[in-house]
Amino acid sequence: MEKLVMKTGGWFAVALAAFAAMLAAADSGFAVHMGIVCAAALLVAVFTMRSADYQALTRGLLKMPADQGKYDDDPVRWGVIATVFWGLAGFLAGLYIALQLAFPALNLGLEYTSFGRLRPLHTSAVIFAFGGNALIATSFYVVQRTCRARLAFPALARFVFWGYQMFIVLAATGYLLGITEAKEYAEPEWYVDLWLTIVWVAYLVVFGGTILKRKEPHIYVANWFYLSFILTIAMLHIVNNLSMPVSLLGAKSYSAFAGVQDALTQWWYGHNAVGFFLTAGFLAMMYYFVPKQAERPVYSYRLSIIHFWSLIFLYIWAGPHHLHYTALPDWAQTLGMVFSIMLWMPSWGGMINGLMTLNGAWDKIRTDPIIRMMVMALAFYGMSTFEGPLMSIKAVNSLSHYTDWTIGHVHSGALGWNGMITFACLYYLAPRLWKRERLYSLRLVNWHFWLATVGIVLYAASMWVAGIMQGLMWREYGSDGYLVYAFSEVVSAMFPMYLIRAAGGLLYLSGALIMAWNIGKTIAGSPLRAEKPMHDAPYDAQADRPLPAAQPA
Amino acid sequence: MADESKAQIDAATGTQFKGHEWDGIQELDTPLPRWWLWTFYATILFAIGYTIAYPAWPMISDYTRGAMGWSSRGALVKELAARDAALAPIHKAIADTPIEQLPGNAQLMQAAVEGGRAAFKVHCVQCHGSGAAGSKGYPNLNDDDWLWGGDLTTIEKTIIDGVRNPDHAETRQSMMPAFGRDQLLTPAQVNDVVAHVRTISRQDKPGAASQRGAPVFADNCAVCHGPAGQGIRSLGAPNLTDGIWLYGGDADAIHATVQNSRQGVMPRWGDKLDKATIRMLAAYVHSLGGGEAAPAPEVPAVADAANGVQSQTGQ
Repeated sequence: MEKLVMKTGGWFAVALAAFAAMLAAADSGFAVHMGIVCAAALLVAVFTMRSADYQALTRGLLKMPADQGKYDDDPVRWGVIATVFWGLAGFLAGLYIALQLAFPALNLGLEYTSFGRLRPLHTSAVIFAFGGNALIATSFYVVQRTCRARLAFPALARFVFWGYQMFIVLAATGYLLGITEAKEYAEPEWYVDLWLTIVWVAYLVVFGGTILKRKEPHIYVANWFYLSFILTIAMLHIVNNLSMPVSLLGAKSYSAFAGVQDALTQWWYGHNAVGFFLTAGFLAMMYYFVPKQAERPVYSYRLSIIHFWSLIFLYIWAGPHHLHYTALPDWAQTLGMVFSIMLWMPSWGGMINGLMTLNGAWDKIRTDPIIRMMVMALAFYGMSTFEGPLMSIKAVNSLSHYTDWTIGHVHSGALGWNGMITFACLYYLAPRLWKRERLYSLRLVNWHFWLATVGIVLYAASMWVAGIMQGLMWREYGSDGYLVYAFSEVVSAMFPMYLIRAAGGLLYLSGALIMAWNIGKTIAGSPLRAEKPMHDAPYDAQADRPLPAAQPA
Repeated sequence: MADESKAQIDAATGTQFKGHEWDGIQELDTPLPRWWLWTFYATILFAIGYTIAYPAWPMISDYTRGAMGWSSRGALVKELAARDAALAPIHKAIADTPIEQLPGNAQLMQAAVEGGRAAFKVHCVQCHGSGAAGSKGYPNLNDDDWLWGGDLTTIEKTIIDGVRNPDHAETRQSMMPAFGRDQLLTPAQVNDVVAHVRTISRQDKPGAASQRGAPVFADNCAVCHGPAGQGIRSLGAPNLTDGIWLYGGDADAIHATVQNSRQGVMPRWGDKLDKATIRMLAAYVHSLGGGEAAPAPEVPAVADAANGVQSQTGQ
């Protein structure tokens, strides 16, 4: 009882402090954020009181220890739902800003709905909310199973999940309110950064603790990748967000770095957010779910070791390729470029290991739409990790930089690789986590697969064309020695490409809506959808007999 | 479990298992694909070669400059110099040809127009628009309606000296008083004169207000805009009768103009651009459709306004 009072009282104290900070806030954005924190703390306090088992408390019973013979999957279930939810939110925001580029009137003349504020909302929603929840949920699922151990520190694991959602809400509302550090993919301000640091350290403790209590002699390759992702993101996040708040009761802060040092730190962060969040973390998902779904052994243990170490060693140096032809010294640009080129094969090691795991089970591409998604994910992974080194070459970059080619590159990786592998994992997890026979519908998975694939193709192809066209138009000199196009002429030439891109985004969002429906029905325990099975070699009873004697002509 | 599969062979691939197992996942002991390994080595060799050729390795107080002697700034300087060298003869020819003689040399005039088109996209589109069609407060340069004059020499002077530059004596200067704000006219008089301007621009039929406004116009406005309101170019006073308006011709916009005056500014480019570029800009603007022939000398601009070749932007 005392413990319950302490806990509830603690949350009330947090709420009170947040309320005081709201009243004393130096700016309205900070006040709104403290209001959100206050409301969240009150909610937790009320929930703590309501969910306590008072009968057990009055009888002085101790809480039953958790059953160590079962995996702790509650945070994973919440994570699956959160991933689907934030995915839809992020894709919708993406579609809306894509349409804003084609039809600027959709900015609506309001600061809150302007492209500049919705764009970080989109990127953070898909990378950190959708991708981050997928990574946290799958890592909790995979680490328990490959360690044969229940999650360490269950209360902390719950804190990680809810604390991470809090981070997402603070970040997203902050963007709409105009609170930003103006660092790409690291926009949240200092107090949100501090909160994420606490959540992330808790995440490391839960994940690392589970590995330490493992019952298996070795650590599975998926867990190397998860661990490298968690550790490196912690380092990147802390260093890039070093800043000095203007006031402890205000949102604004100033970076510890200035000028080109700030830019280099930012892109060291930004590139490795791609490398360790979107590559290493998702490779971890691949290394568990692809062999499980294909029911095949991993192709090569040696390749997994070599490509893991070469990937994490090389990735961390490649950031300067984001700053080609800028104030960054030439020597740093060169190193950024050559490390990116050396990164090509280590990246492809993951693709080879994933695809070749299907050796002996290639027929499943035809019969299993989840495998189909995984294969498409790996294909896009391979394509964008080839495109990345290509674009880091200075001669290519001088054409591609600042154009929509970059946007196309990012999305063939994000939609194709991160999105598809996440969808496949969600489809794998849903029936297992909620103890269903199978998914509500496999045909709907197939629909999702094709909508997403066509969507990506439209998106990537239109952005390649747009990007190369932009790059060529910007640099085109007439025979008389003058630039041919004004900037605005290049902008208006993009219009048809922007429409095709938005159409691709619409298809991708529709596929995700079908997934939400399918997973929702699976979770709800609806009867399985009556549908033809995916593998249906035709059977013709008429033909299934010996040939009759030949008739004379 | 692990021991069982040790040295076992995977039937589908004929490869040996590594002997580990996690949650049913096993690993094969497949060697590294050779093409993968050799491509990886090749990228490393390329990287080493590239860092020898180009600036790469940071040292204590400097960095290795690279065997090729390349630098991005050096490359930029070289490219710009090559472009400048290629354009130098034509720029010199344009700069050396007085602008009124440019049309006499078709080839030079063509080069000037093209050069002006490029320079316009850099320096002028921000206000005049990429099609030079202007917008509220920024004149359309495609029509034959000129505030200060539309022949080559006049356009060039406007570009060199700008309009209403506070720090420049030669600048185009005209100051319409803020009749309402500075109480030169009563509010009723302002309304009347607006009605009069609406009438002479044939937007409204004459009425009591416009009749009251006519003498007000004659006393206060005609000195610059002319008795008929057709403007006087030498003063930069726009023609008010031609249906072309810089700030809008509706009653509210005209009222705002009379009340507060408008003091649009154009930068002077004489101190920012070289002689040839300015000459090319003038040739380009002249070529857009409204360019006028050089006026016969000694003919005052008033006569121009009276003979019906109205060429002044209304305000």
